[in-house]
Amino acid sequence: MSTKVVRERIALTGNEAAALAMKQINPDVCAAYPITPATEIMQIFAQYVADGQVNTELVTVESEHSAMSATIGAAAAGARSMTATSSQGLALMWEMLYIASGLRLPIVMPMVNRALSAPINIHCDHSDSMGARDAGWIHIFCENGQEVYDSTIQAIRISEHPDVLLPSMVNFDGFIISHAMEPVNTLDDEDVKRFIGPYRPTYQLLDVDHPITVGAIDLTDYYFEHKRAQVEPTFGAWKIIEQVGEEFGRKFGRKYGLFEDYRLDDAEIAIVVLGSTAGTAKVVIDQLRAKGVKAGMLKLRIFRPFPHKQIAEALSGMKAVAVLDRSEGMASMGGPVFAEIRSALYDYDKRPITVNYVYGLGGRDITLAHINSVYGDLQRFAAEGKPTVDSISDLVTYLGVRE
Amino acid sequence: MPNMMEIRWHGRGGQGAKTAALLVGDAVLSQGKHMQAFPEYGPERMGAPVQSFNRISDAPITLHCHVTNPSVVVVLDPTLIGATDVTAGLPNDGIIIINTDRPASDFREKLGLENGQKVYTVDASKIARETIGRDIPNTPMLGALIRVTGMLDFDAMLEDTRHKLEKKFRSKPGVVEGNVQAIQRAAQEVKSD
Repeated sequence: MSTKVVRERIALTGNEAAALAMKQINPDVCAAYPITPATEIMQIFAQYVADGQVNTELVTVESEHSAMSATIGAAAAGARSMTATSSQGLALMWEMLYIASGLRLPIVMPMVNRALSAPINIHCDHSDSMGARDAGWIHIFCENGQEVYDSTIQAIRISEHPDVLLPSMVNFDGFIISHAMEPVNTLDDEDVKRFIGPYRPTYQLLDVDHPITVGAIDLTDYYFEHKRAQVEPTFGAWKIIEQVGEEFGRKFGRKYGLFEDYRLDDAEIAIVVLGSTAGTAKVVIDQLRAKGVKAGMLKLRIFRPFPHKQIAEALSGMKAVAVLDRSEGMASMGGPVFAEIRSALYDYDKRPITVNYVYGLGGRDITLAHINSVYGDLQRFAAEGKPTVDSISDLVTYLGVRE
Repeated sequence: MPNMMEIRWHGRGGQGAKTAALLVGDAVLSQGKHMQAFPEYGPERMGAPVQSFNRISDAPITLHCHVTNPSVVVVLDPTLIGATDVTAGLPNDGIIIINTDRPASDFREKLGLENGQKVYTVDASKIARETIGRDIPNTPMLGALIRVTGMLDFDAMLEDTRHKLEKKFRSKPGVVEGNVQAIQRAAQEVKSD
């Protein structure tokens, strides 16, 4: 039994959108291990497998470590391979994440952002994927279910591009997006099939005529050169991400880039934000604009490879910028997004006052009032100059915490 | 956000508060409007108080914060009144619709409603028992909600819901007819004070 999907606007949760994209991608192998709030993705996908709507070999494994290991094995064998996870699941995949990228395996993984224990919490923040920011994966962040669907499909093209060959995680906010139903414009099965094309692995273990070694030891002689070489395609992925986002827009009407600049062109003050909060911020910006405040936003879509130059160019003309982090740096130079963005601006002679807010840990709601208060601070900094920072603890303002 | 309606559903785990919000979302989308439907984010236990939410608008909705000031509240289980603050954040022209066998006038004082706030009641549990055969009050309350708010074309919503249920319950035509009747009856029987 095969149920065709056509171009239409339907109601889907973020998890349903990810699962539907996976169905249309029809990967060769999927490994599955459940974890809240990502469980539904593989649960729905398993139903597609059971109903014969995909040709995927579904491997139900005993842990996330095994899920990533099985996905790596399948990808190395030459199969288009996917899995999905969240939070503690990603943490348990840890050592395998670096192996997936080091082996240059184009795995695509929907990743539902959820806080890390302890204390135990099932709700959204970005501390899970931020911890994996240096693992060599491409990190895509989605604002809503539509972006989850579109980005999962694009990630296949990006990861499998011969100039990239790197794994991608498609991040979206736990519960806020994963369990919220919103309108999603779907594509025909044929659209997706044509867009991603057949997978032709560059190297594959099962090609016995061209034997290769995978995961060889590499000591003081060449490890450094191999790691240095891995940086190039990771940065180079920018170009491919932009090309794929552009082509997707040309074909299907929804264009994607490294980031979305929302009313940023003539803005004097701006925030930088990732994920679902960008949608809430758009409402605040429209309200402020109606009052004549030149407010804008840079919604960062691609966190890795970090588009430092493009971000700095977009922000350097601002008077004041606030970076909103949904994870805690624990005594580093502010949240991870802030630390990198302020560093990216350092080389510019003309640069904005740049401040940091940490918000929404463990799913704490971020309201219109919170975001309004940030723009209020920015207006003050733009007029009066930056606040005094005596220590790292002064560097971060916590939004919506009880102290 | 001009012309955006926000709805909060109160129920107990297993009564279908989440499904009700999803049904409304689906019906709204079918009539070309924009919507969100999402459950309260928490551990779901059978019988525990749960909430779910809708946002409905003619324009695309980008908000992803919680619903704190719903213009409409639907209570699937009257025993939640007193145990849960069902009127929290209800604006002074807000509407509350309660599944109960008691008249709406019993609730105005009990809930401390202001003059501009409206209260409606309907015995959705009785309707569900008589039409669907089980006390699943969410579909009748959907009928009451659409009738009271007038937010959708009622007949079109009914046809759309029938169509969706027919797809879902292909082997159980009785379930479809029971639910459709439940929606119609609740729309007729819902009364204000």
